Amino acid sequence: MTWEPVIGIEVHVELMTASKMFCGCEVAHGGQPNTRVCPTCLGLPGALPVTNRAAIESIMSIGLALGCQISPRSVFHRKNYFYADLPKNYQISQFDVPVCHDGYLDIEVDGAARRVGIERAHMEEDTGKSIHIGLGGRIHAAERTLLDFNRSGVPLVEVVSRPDLRSAVEARAYAQELRSVIAELGVSDVRLEEGSIRFDANVSVRPEGSEQLGTKVEVKNMNSFRSLERAVGHEVERQTALLESGGSVVQETRHWDEESGVTHSMRVKEGSSDYRYFTEPDLVPLVMSPEWVAGLGARLPEMPAERRARYLSQGLAPSTAGVLSGLDPGLRAVYDDAVLSGASPQAAANWLTGEVVAWLRRSEADGPLTGLDGPNLAELIEMVDDGAVSSSAAKELLAGIMSGEGGPREIAERRDLLQVSDVGQLDGVIDSVLAENPDAVGEFRSGEEKVVGFLVGQIMKATGGKADPRLVNQLLREKMTG
Amino acid sequence: MAAGLADAGRLLRSGEITATALLEEALGTASRTEAQLHAFLTIDSEGAREAAAQADADFADGVDFGPLHGIPVALKDNLCTRGLETTAGSQILAGYVPPYDATVVERLRHGGAVIVGKTNLDEFAMGSSTENSAYGPTYNPWDLSRVPGGSSGGSAAVVAAGSALLGLGSDTGGSIRQPASLCGVVGMKPTYGTVSRYGLIAFASSLDQIGPFTRTVEDSAIALSTIWGHDPLDSTSYAGKYPDPVAGLERGVDGLKVGIVTELSGEGFEPGVEAATGDMLGRLEKAGVQLVEVSLPTFEIALSAYYLIAPAEASSNLARFDGIRYGLRVEGPTTEELMARTRAEGFGPEVTRRILLGTYSLSAGYYDAFYGQAQRVRAAIQEDFARAYDLVDVLVSPTSPTVAFEAGARTSDPLAMYLSDICNIPANMAGHPAMTVPIGLDDSGLPIGFQVMAPPLGEQIMYQVAAEVERQAAFVIAPTAVQVAR
Ligand SMILES: [Zn+2]
Repeated sequence: MTWEPVIGIEVHVELMTASKMFCGCEVAHGGQPNTRVCPTCLGLPGALPVTNRAAIESIMSIGLALGCQISPRSVFHRKNYFYADLPKNYQISQFDVPVCHDGYLDIEVDGAARRVGIERAHMEEDTGKSIHIGLGGRIHAAERTLLDFNRSGVPLVEVVSRPDLRSAVEARAYAQELRSVIAELGVSDVRLEEGSIRFDANVSVRPEGSEQLGTKVEVKNMNSFRSLERAVGHEVERQTALLESGGSVVQETRHWDEESGVTHSMRVKEGSSDYRYFTEPDLVPLVMSPEWVAGLGARLPEMPAERRARYLSQGLAPSTAGVLSGLDPGLRAVYDDAVLSGASPQAAANWLTGEVVAWLRRSEADGPLTGLDGPNLAELIEMVDDGAVSSSAAKELLAGIMSGEGGPREIAERRDLLQVSDVGQLDGVIDSVLAENPDAVGEFRSGEEKVVGFLVGQIMKATGGKADPRLVNQLLREKMTG
Repeated sequence: MAAGLADAGRLLRSGEITATALLEEALGTASRTEAQLHAFLTIDSEGAREAAAQADADFADGVDFGPLHGIPVALKDNLCTRGLETTAGSQILAGYVPPYDATVVERLRHGGAVIVGKTNLDEFAMGSSTENSAYGPTYNPWDLSRVPGGSSGGSAAVVAAGSALLGLGSDTGGSIRQPASLCGVVGMKPTYGTVSRYGLIAFASSLDQIGPFTRTVEDSAIALSTIWGHDPLDSTSYAGKYPDPVAGLERGVDGLKVGIVTELSGEGFEPGVEAATGDMLGRLEKAGVQLVEVSLPTFEIALSAYYLIAPAEASSNLARFDGIRYGLRVEGPTTEELMARTRAEGFGPEVTRRILLGTYSLSAGYYDAFYGQAQRVRAAIQEDFARAYDLVDVLVSPTSPTVAFEAGARTSDPLAMYLSDICNIPANMAGHPAMTVPIGLDDSGLPIGFQVMAPPLGEQIMYQVAAEVERQAAFVIAPTAVQVAR
């Protein structure tokens, strides 16, 4: 029997708002423990939450970018469970009326496009962090647990996909694409290593062709795209093997172990499935007016998929379009401006994804590009096309531009990098070299190709290396043939 | 002794008394009565003396922060006070000192009020007799063998005895009005959302509302004017225009329509209470009101619905008391065990009962039958009220079916205790304002309260009627069981 994997992904995204979800404490990474806290995010008696409007705008933008419906009215619920780093022992979350629902995300795997349904995106607050000390940091063996509430109350958006993914590779592609969409919106720093974006996978398998869903297992603790792909792949294999050997899958939560490359069953918390959700009485319902939604929709940036499609329509190779789309907005703006200034899209993209990125990496410049803009990149490309500079000289020019030395032509003149492309001037040099080598024409006409190389070399020497070698080659052949 | 805070304010400004003298009188009363009443959990003599001295200096400098400036105030111990122990009457918060002031406390401090101390209450405001306090019960100043009512029994007793001219309490299902009635003082629950809940240790968030205990109706209106108003720290705070509660006090009641709630009489209501209520209705009619009998059938089921909603919210609100960050901690081999032991030891039996009840009613499979159904009843109560207020300006009833009952009489019978608040709970369920005014004593000399209810933000007309009730009753607050004046 062939087994079909059915995968859904839940993504938690920490928003990068100035303050926390329900209090005025700053949202930041690092720093001393328990320094960004107040009565509300510590769950002190009597403290109350107040909704952060900026966080609601962020989740609405995420929803709009994912083609979701924005609920005109949405409510917060309390999700009740006891945990030491959850200060109120309930999490303010959403239950049956999330801010966003019914959207989609288009992904591409091996050149094939797939549309993945988004069930919902809801707003909630993050928990604090437990740090287990002693005996290897394992929770049940820890000698003591330290609590840091700096993260407590940080706005968290949970995006839940439909079970539309059919392979580990697709799961990874979905996660990466979702991350790039959120990065594009600028609402989160989406740093995997900081936990700003976290992925859980719901994995089941079923006989190919079956419409029924198999028993699903939730897989947690993947901290990179690679580990997400490995974990899902492993879980699919594990379930398939289990079913093929006549066993059955248990509905549970499993923990991915990066080192051993397998998933482990987590202890099932008693009663953990009953969160006793009820409407949060300390908060009033959210009302998302059509004007508010429309205003945010109008301010949405171009999404990565739209951008790739636009690049393809400009004639870029698919691989270049993908790489260019992933560059930072400053570099993409240079591309757009260069094309507007008349540069060939592929040439502009090649420069940006090749030399420019390499130069930036070498110089470790993170900040704005000092001298590079669309018009001077277009001019540089034109100079190369016209043979005004050699390709090696062009690279030198680019470095000059980026170091802020000026425009390409200006730098080429100052550094004496322009090639002789004047036919009249080259004619005389070619004639005198041919005169010095009377046997050459005969050898060429009898099929001795290598003589051309020798002659070009002589001509380049006579011009001090500044002649355009392509032009010299062309003129030389014309003379010898003619 | 001043007749109330308005009277004291006049004396302070005319220079006849000082804030310090007023405070010393209050502290003197407290020291004479506390051994019998046990109405305070904390008396902050030092802080109060500093505040009173500051008020006197302010008055000397011609600085006047308004009607509560220099007035001795007592706060129910579920209101957070920066630097002053706040226990909510629970062992689980023994020794807890909040790092911040509740919004109402901040408003009182800005108004120059002198905070005398923190008053006793049923643990986490759950109860109707102040016998559920982990720190021992409070007794009624009119009869020391009887309860003061609850849960804000401490504040009611303090104001009746005169150890403060203003007490603040919280009213989730009658916790201001019922003890005010049993102690013979004025108690008022404002429209839900008009007084900030920020810093009030939550019992049932959708029902809790802070309000004043005073010796006169005018004092109540004046105190309300200071403590209410929009607060950006409370999302449920009302942000619109607030009525002026004082404006109608002298207006009289001629031409007003007063609705008598038919469901709040008969079985379970003491004859003395019914007689005093009937007498007051007659007086009001003579004063010019048109009496209308109004039936609100949902009042019969309000109590049951309340005992599903309030414990449900409480079960979640009280989850934070886990021994991890503050308050009592009972160590255990695991975090879960630490939490379980702390809660088992820290909560009293009534709190435990309500947490279990609430946890059950929110559980999967029961939610709709219990909590969901109770919310539908709540909507029906609001509709009932709305229909009634189409016919009348205010609704009236006894505040409590009985006068103060014997201490211990209902402690072993939760249902009998729950029935104490039968007249009060509908206003909480609807979020409407309601208040009680003392109208007389029964044959055994115990105070009887008269309840006035009004539509949301109807505080002005409610006070207008309450002021007439007060004039008609001419009730004198002179508790007989304690020595209240020199
Ligand atoms: Zn905070």
